[in-house]
Amino acid sequence: MANTDYDVIIIGGGPAGLTAGMYAARARLNVVLFEKAAPGGQVIITDWVENYPGFPEGITGYDLGEKMVTQAKNLGLTIESDEITSMTLSREEKKVHLGSGKTVSAHTVIIASGASPRKLDIGEAKFMGKGVSFCATCDAPFFRDKVLVAVGGGDTAVQEAIYLTKFATKVYLVHRRDELRATKVLQERALKNDKIEMVWDSVVTGMDGFFNVENVHIKNVKTQAQSTIKADGCFIWVGTTPNTAYVKDNVKTDDGGFIFTDTHMETSIPGVYAIGDVRTTPLKQITTAVGDGAIAAMSAEHFIENLKDAK
Amino acid sequence: MAENIVEIDDDSFEKAVLKADNPVMVDFWAPWCGPCRAIGPIVDELEGIYGEKMNFVKVNVDENPLTPSKYGIKAIPTLIFFKNGEVAEQITGMVARAKLEETIKGVLKEG
Repeated sequence: MANTDYDVIIIGGGPAGLTAGMYAARARLNVVLFEKAAPGGQVIITDWVENYPGFPEGITGYDLGEKMVTQAKNLGLTIESDEITSMTLSREEKKVHLGSGKTVSAHTVIIASGASPRKLDIGEAKFMGKGVSFCATCDAPFFRDKVLVAVGGGDTAVQEAIYLTKFATKVYLVHRRDELRATKVLQERALKNDKIEMVWDSVVTGMDGFFNVENVHIKNVKTQAQSTIKADGCFIWVGTTPNTAYVKDNVKTDDGGFIFTDTHMETSIPGVYAIGDVRTTPLKQITTAVGDGAIAAMSAEHFIENLKDAK
Repeated sequence: MAENIVEIDDDSFEKAVLKADNPVMVDFWAPWCGPCRAIGPIVDELEGIYGEKMNFVKVNVDENPLTPSKYGIKAIPTLIFFKNGEVAEQITGMVARAKLEETIKGVLKEG
């Protein structure tokens, strides 16, 4: 069995990675977690979480994320602030190359780098921080008594659009289909919210403004009719793209870059696991991410035991 | 939100930032903003490393509406780097620690 710096390297400090870290630390594995920004993941930009068990009154995303970080640290997980630039992976040894210039090795790697909000690529980039946002909890209060466009039809879009109505006078929710994909309870809340006006069968084609966003351009995909909504901001929630720039070509992914795994969370390379939003999962939730994390830690432990036995 | 960083307000902004001898990094934040609180420890740590060459301050956008409005801030966390009273760099949203450190080094290097 090759000598390595660690038993387990976890990449990413969201709920999936933190849970894997808790289980690995409790299994007394030599484990480290690398997080490039702040641990907590996308949860910390979520305004409110009411579907994570154990918090009957609900909890803010930030508080939940912070509790998970504290719990993982209390259980002995080491969290380091560094970014992964590339990896060299084989069955026997995994090398992870870090932004700081260091290279560290391990028997197993757990990829938990999550996903980022998908861009529309219709010229919104130049309005980032000038009306375009992916984070309602960060930016909604800047739009008090303003008119907003929100884009998307999934859970995130609908939940966050409802949050926007606490500040905005009106929220146009633009969705490319004629019904929402979000879970029923959220749909019901959105559809009976007086401040939300649905713009069905439509996509955003562009936006303009002198300094900040002033107009958002819409096209109806059924009639091809084009229109413009006068709005002060545009919040975009049209799914996610995986944060896998550093894993490309190492493990098998689908066309969107999400990593394939088996039921043990193992990727196409033995001893390399993918968990949470970064893998091809049918549901991207905190609840599913933590389950993935527990399974991957156990799989990693078994893999290491087998390496020892094989010696 | 950074724990060890000096909090300034609309009234003290000119003296603390625009008229400062050193370059100044201003962290625009609010208590309701998760990412603002999350980057706090990173800003604290960088202040520990670069605090002698660059001043680090923070502005609560809830209590001080004038300054964020003057600089057109519609998203937080926003970090603005000032040099001789002028905006030298601006970072909007949560970024990796490495990116933040790179920006600080860049601002200090420009002389």
